[in-house]
Amino acid sequence: MIEDIELETLINDVYEYYGFDFGSYSKASLKRRVNRIFHLDGFTHFHDFLSKVRTDPEYYKKMVDEITVNVTEMFRDPSFYMVLRKEILPLLGTKPFIRIWHAGCSTGEEVYSMAILLKEAGLLHKSILYATDVNATVLETAKKGIFPLRMIKDYADNYRDSGGQQDFSNFYIANYGFAKFNEDLAEKMVFSQHNLVSDNSFNEFDLILCRNVLIYFDNKLQQRVINLFDDSLAILGFLALGTKETIKYSISTSKYKQIEKEKIWRKIK
Amino acid sequence: MEENKIITGCKVIIIGGSAGSLYALIQILPEIVKVNSFAIVIVVHRKSSDEQTLEDLLTLKSKLEVKPVEDKVPLLPNYIYIAPSNYHLLFEKEETLSLDTSEKINYSRPSIDVSFESAAEVYGSSLIGILLSGSNKDGTLGLQAIQAAGGTVVVQNPLSAEMPFMPNNAILNMTPDFILNVQEILEFILSVNSTEI
Repeated sequence: MIEDIELETLINDVYEYYGFDFGSYSKASLKRRVNRIFHLDGFTHFHDFLSKVRTDPEYYKKMVDEITVNVTEMFRDPSFYMVLRKEILPLLGTKPFIRIWHAGCSTGEEVYSMAILLKEAGLLHKSILYATDVNATVLETAKKGIFPLRMIKDYADNYRDSGGQQDFSNFYIANYGFAKFNEDLAEKMVFSQHNLVSDNSFNEFDLILCRNVLIYFDNKLQQRVINLFDDSLAILGFLALGTKETIKYSISTSKYKQIEKEKIWRKIK
Repeated sequence: MEENKIITGCKVIIIGGSAGSLYALIQILPEIVKVNSFAIVIVVHRKSSDEQTLEDLLTLKSKLEVKPVEDKVPLLPNYIYIAPSNYHLLFEKEETLSLDTSEKINYSRPSIDVSFESAAEVYGSSLIGILLSGSNKDGTLGLQAIQAAGGTVVVQNPLSAEMPFMPNNAILNMTPDFILNVQEILEFILSVNSTEI
């Protein structure tokens, strides 16, 4: 395992050379990620690795792609999507226009899941889905809406467990080991790079989803991001986090009311 | 090795297991009424779709309180923490738990190696790692990391394990401080940090 001091040096160098601040990422996970890429790429001395990162912007980009975790799936945690479908969308549906922000959307699987829910609820035409991530590479994948076919069986199970009643294959065309999701699902999606560490609010939303992103941030950065969401959320709007994430260490919970047992909070003042 | 030596200064006991380990846990946990100021963290392989069943079962069987694991929850003595399904469980220097959804290790998330290595980094010699029954090689590298950081390593006697592969793999690749059957593991846990013999 790399040393703490080596990780600190890397964090400082990346900030100095590229302006990207990993200083507030959760250290245990970040250290594992850096250690992994260091060994995968065959380095034995940390200063060689540092020098490569400093002098080779392409390698730096690759390293960032590798150390930021981009694991996601469609309809991840079906019971969460069931609550979205049954409780949240009917409330949002009363609005003339629905603005949704997927913060840290990675390769977009959850954005397409949301589009499917909205389409089934007859709300997609009056919705807009902003999907942002810090990583430009994953956004390119998300825009295409093409996901590996080997995952589709799990996604179809998740879809059904979330209350979906259609044949899941209605939503994509399978070809050469990939599933391309129907283009009408992507019509209301806007993809853009956004860094939760340093960028500010850019709109007001009725629903913000940021699932399994905050776990990579330390408590101070979590506070910043939750307050950024608070600034970006309309009154009576909803904030949805990952199943093991909470707002309670970050913001006064009297401003929010939790929906059932799910990690969904409604802004009440 | 197998002398009657009391381990002191322990802050965390981390227990890893896979197939067959639940049987050991439900024999051990109901007998632990009180521990001497350390936290117990349990990392067991499970289906990613099992959201709560394992927590519910172990909570039912445990006399100690099981604290639900959320990201950045403080790790406090005298409580039990269970690694949630579909996340790796990590340890922060601020003595909180954190979670990570990165790729599976040894086909597993949570992975025992990941949690053991992370706990070893933070707790060093105040850590005890216990590896139970299982049919996968997860855990061995983690036990090596615990030992290298000065912690104590206990492996379930493979003869007493429903699935001996996992403890056997550890024994083949390292020298545990103790190799114990289920009842002895219970007595060992109760003895930790106690001053009288």
